[in-house]
Amino acid sequence: MKKEIRICGFGGQGVILSGFIIGKAASVFMDYNAVQSQSYGPEARGGAARSEIIISDEKIGYPRPTGVDILLAMSQESFDTYRKDVRKDTIIVVDPDLVKKHDIGQPVHKVHAQQIAESLGNKIVTNIVMVGAFTSIFGLLKTEAVKESVIDSVPKKFTDLNIKAFEKGLEAGKNAVKELQ
Amino acid sequence: MKCKRDPKRIREVLGKKVQFILGDMACVYGGLLAGVSFFGGYPITPASEVAEGMARMLPRVGGTYIQMEDEIGSIAAVIGATWGGAKSMTATSGPGFSLMMENYGFAVMTETPCVIVNVQRTGPSTGQPTLGAQGDMMQVRWGTHGDFEALALAPSTVQECIDFTVEAFNLSEKYRNPACVMTDGEVGHLRERIIIPDEKDLKLINRVTATIDKKKYIPFTNSQTRKNCKVPDFATFGTGYRTYVTGLTHNEKGFPATDKQPDHERLVKRITEKITDDADKLVMVEKINLDDADIAFVTYGATARPAESAMEIARKEGKKVGLLRLKLVWPFPDKLITKLAKDVDKIIVPEMNLGQIVHPVKEVACKHCEVISAPKIGGEMHLPMELHKYLEGK
Repeated sequence: MKKEIRICGFGGQGVILSGFIIGKAASVFMDYNAVQSQSYGPEARGGAARSEIIISDEKIGYPRPTGVDILLAMSQESFDTYRKDVRKDTIIVVDPDLVKKHDIGQPVHKVHAQQIAESLGNKIVTNIVMVGAFTSIFGLLKTEAVKESVIDSVPKKFTDLNIKAFEKGLEAGKNAVKELQ
Repeated sequence: MKCKRDPKRIREVLGKKVQFILGDMACVYGGLLAGVSFFGGYPITPASEVAEGMARMLPRVGGTYIQMEDEIGSIAAVIGATWGGAKSMTATSGPGFSLMMENYGFAVMTETPCVIVNVQRTGPSTGQPTLGAQGDMMQVRWGTHGDFEALALAPSTVQECIDFTVEAFNLSEKYRNPACVMTDGEVGHLRERIIIPDEKDLKLINRVTATIDKKKYIPFTNSQTRKNCKVPDFATFGTGYRTYVTGLTHNEKGFPATDKQPDHERLVKRITEKITDDADKLVMVEKINLDDADIAFVTYGATARPAESAMEIARKEGKKVGLLRLKLVWPFPDKLITKLAKDVDKIIVPEMNLGQIVHPVKEVACKHCEVISAPKIGGEMHLPMELHKYLEGK
């Protein structure tokens, strides 16, 4: 088993952190091997950012993805860039408020991550809502493992907010799957 | 400055035994485990996280972090700290490594143990700052002027960034020579699981300090306390031993002796032979599927990863492909490569440069088998399928 995950958005959204949380969940809180790589522009905010994770039950040689099993997009620009790499069976997840043009002739899971984060009082946890949605849509990692990884990776004083965001994301992910059925 | 290693404190600062961290940060962990007490550096992409991690963690174990004005100052501070009794290190990338070259030679000539982490990026010059390369593999061997021996390790995984930084300190302390961890932007900016080795599993080597009667001490000669050892005993400044440290050719007492051929020959032969005499012991490699191989990849660092993937694809197709990964690139394992060349028909050397380590491979292997360079530049690692093509004869 080898799964390749790409998360993309713009700098400042926490794209790298979400990849870090998923990689850590797989390799520290579960028994998989995982590598996470990233690329981003020189800007602290804005510009395209992406985080890529490979999760495998075998040793991981080449550490960059050669395909995409699941694409999570949090900005139009990054979605337009990376949609070219998707296969027919790639699972696509977007925040439809941030990626308005997402009709590419294949099923798209819609998770209003930013709206959910705002309803929790802080847009900053948009990425954690996405991590939650990833967990329930992709189904590869145990919910508890990802939750522990979230708690382990965010500042202590924001633990509760992040847990809420994660749980709301799990729910939104389940709903997005239902909508496509 | 506190130089004594405090294992309990180090463990507290490093935290959990199993973590998911960056390659650069793993070099910080390795340094702390080895007992580094001084870091002098100047931030540069993709090595900045090493300085950042050291700035945060080193003071917490009682060590000293200084951001210097540039890389020339950084390596100079590191050398000074070593003479003050510290285990010291710095971290940089291509352009900074170039600036360090003069004092790298000074550390060789003055037999100053220290560790340089070079998170290689593409060059020449400023090149592609955020992208990885293996462009400095010859620079570490020949970049400073004059005759010397290099000690250079190349990690392929984040775990090895920890292990090889510890090993670099050990080699450096043992031979009183600078040692370099030649990682790169790919491994430096990769996150993977690491397991922090337990204290009982850590093998640490510390320089042998002078203990002989102060009047009988000779600073730059064979050890006065160990038999047949060309590494002199180290007299830390302030301990009362008379020593004099200069980059000029010096006699055994350390005083300049620049016009006498025998003095120079004796000195430079000793500082190179202290390493070359041990060349057979200084082999650190990983061998995969070599027993029946017709074709072998000889590889190191990040490039070993796509090479291993290419080898696996080829094995599934029934091709007899193996891989020899150099963990310690310098000193170069001549005898091992010669033996490999006699056993296989073809050696392929993939590198993220236009062909560097392929040259010492050719030097010893070309009489016995075909040697092919598989270069890739521009800040991207080879794809496994790109390397697979070389197995079909391009």
